[in-house]
Amino acid sequence: MTYNFNFSVIWRQFDVMLWGLGLGLLLAVISLAIGTVIGLVCGYAFRTNNKTLRGLVWGYVEFIRNEPLLLLIFFVYFGLPAIGIRFFDKYESFVITLSIYAGAYLTEVFRAGLTSVPERYVEAAKAIGLKPWQTQLYVVLPLTFRIVLPSLSNNLISLFKDTSLATAIAIPELTFTARQINANTYRVMEAWLTASLLYLATCYLIAIALRQIEKRYSVIK
Amino acid sequence: MSANPAASATSESAEPARNLLVARDVHKSFGQTEVLKGIDLTVTEGEVVALIGASGSGKTTFLRCINLLEEFEQGSITVDGDPVGYTDRGGSRRRLSEGRLAAQRARIGMVFQSFNLFPHMTAAQNVMLGLVKVKGMAKAEARSLADHWLARVGLADRADHHPYQLSGGQQQRVAIARAVAMDPRLILFDEVTSALDPELVSEVLGVMKDLAKSGMTMLVVSHEMLFVRDVATHVVFLDSGRIVEEGEPHAVFKNPKSDRLRAFLGRFTDIIGDITAR
Amino acid sequence: MQRTYLGELMKAKWSLLQGFITTMEISAIVIVIGLIAGMIGGLLLVYGPKPVRLLMRLYVDVLRGIPVLVLILFSYYGLALLGVNISAYTAGVVALAGFCSAHMSETFRGAIDSIPVGQTEAAKAIGLTFQQRFIYVLLPQAARRIVPPAINTAVEMVKGTTLLSIIGVLDVLLATQQTIARNYMVIEFYATAMLFYFVLNFTLSRMGAYFERRFGFIRY
Repeated sequence: MTYNFNFSVIWRQFDVMLWGLGLGLLLAVISLAIGTVIGLVCGYAFRTNNKTLRGLVWGYVEFIRNEPLLLLIFFVYFGLPAIGIRFFDKYESFVITLSIYAGAYLTEVFRAGLTSVPERYVEAAKAIGLKPWQTQLYVVLPLTFRIVLPSLSNNLISLFKDTSLATAIAIPELTFTARQINANTYRVMEAWLTASLLYLATCYLIAIALRQIEKRYSVIK
Repeated sequence: MSANPAASATSESAEPARNLLVARDVHKSFGQTEVLKGIDLTVTEGEVVALIGASGSGKTTFLRCINLLEEFEQGSITVDGDPVGYTDRGGSRRRLSEGRLAAQRARIGMVFQSFNLFPHMTAAQNVMLGLVKVKGMAKAEARSLADHWLARVGLADRADHHPYQLSGGQQQRVAIARAVAMDPRLILFDEVTSALDPELVSEVLGVMKDLAKSGMTMLVVSHEMLFVRDVATHVVFLDSGRIVEEGEPHAVFKNPKSDRLRAFLGRFTDIIGDITAR
Repeated sequence: MQRTYLGELMKAKWSLLQGFITTMEISAIVIVIGLIAGMIGGLLLVYGPKPVRLLMRLYVDVLRGIPVLVLILFSYYGLALLGVNISAYTAGVVALAGFCSAHMSETFRGAIDSIPVGQTEAAKAIGLTFQQRFIYVLLPQAARRIVPPAINTAVEMVKGTTLLSIIGVLDVLLATQQTIARNYMVIEFYATAMLFYFVLNFTLSRMGAYFERRFGFIRY
């Protein structure tokens, strides 16, 4: 059978799609930022001698990484309000879910990153008389961020793709808008081709941009 | 002790030795750079031919062309009468099929600088793989042959060790056993002691000397000048992709004709001194 | 009458069991297809003739650059439009298997590429053919590097099956939601589903760790 492409419908709603794309990116960036804080804190928790703390963090990481994101989204959005934990709106609910999800992956990233800072730099920092917190703040942390930069990039791309699940709770990001165009106009191929290409191009651009940043900041060989 | 009964048989008779390897005008380029500019070389049965030369002279590349680990664009190499790698069909040069290539390679042994033992197999399994899969030998028979050759290289008690449990010298001896066990017409040795710690070099050279004595035809790329002097029957000096000088080792080392060879040998002054002292 | 969790669980047991079977079935199909296709795809990425290599590269990068949910929806609405009369189940499996194959191909490629060239050369030198080199030399060594990322992908695929609930495939998640719609025990039944996915994926991860140790003796 033949299919006649007609992209005019898409062009008419292209701005809606772009807004959806932007919204997805925004949700991903916010979640990455919160997730990074969670990951750093938990990463440090892994390095303490407190076994209970380490066990809790381990439980968090293992639990979240083995759960489907969609289930977590539903649980937070539909489940938690049932026991009195309410959120401002679905955006907040989604960002919290995605941040907790990201945090589990980023904990692993920072745990590995923190341990791979060569001991000699810590010793050098001590030798010039920096206090422990200064050593962390001025030496270990900057080095850790440079080490984990590629993983952060990959996580941002994954999170951006994960924002497509927000469509399940009717957040109007790109996938949601594509579904609406699909449903309203029956321009099935056009809608999904455009959405796919937009995702693809965005992931590609993020990857390129972040590789430039990595090149600039990768000081440790 | 004979690796190659045919070899000792011919050496006893008055017949002239067969030409095992005949290379004619071999050319090879990597992109724009021509690394082999027409190599002609003949190796007769039972000979130990050493290829010497500075790094980048093309000796390793030439060695790798012989079992087609490198393709070459021009010229021909025959091993035991069988043209290696390519056929002439109606005047056009064609690469042999993968199957034919594999069969040819099975008759040419090779030992590498970096051993290249299969890390997921024990020493015995390394030796057995080709015997079982290429020669179709029964496992028990292959095992006893592997044990025989591992004993010959002094590793009878290491047959069931994995490569990571062996020293470099031991790994290289397993690699030699793996090559010899296939009963090849010719074995190629590619700087086999270069990756070894100095104290492990002699154990590998010892095994090679032993093989040479048993009549195995060997083509050796080496920087071990003492070994070359004592074991090789013929030495070939390559420079910038060409054979510059060749001959009997003592003669070549004593009276180098070209400046390039003199300069090259100058780097091994202690050994040259040793040779001229004789 | 007071509703109890256990009572409701008993009431929903057939529906949940159906969901369980569907989730397990789709996961297994997708992972097996992904492994086989990934092995072929990985080989093509490394040894294929240039045009094939480029096409495979395009396939792998495109599928990995698009969210799985979009692939699923595309496959669901798109295939129906092409006149292919297929169920949501099939459309979903096609999308997930395509995605899984792309990831596995990349995993296999990485594993094959990471084996030192000398291994192939040594295998050639003793006269092994291409198939023999792959089966006896490359694959056993690649296995060790393939296991951790392949297990990760497998876990991602099990998680990915939940997305099929969006197009109406009755998996564990959809069965759970239908149960909740009847009895309003939101927390209890979502928690039950969470426990299920955790046990399944955790087991998979541990299996991965076991196989990793099993191949751990390969060192260079």
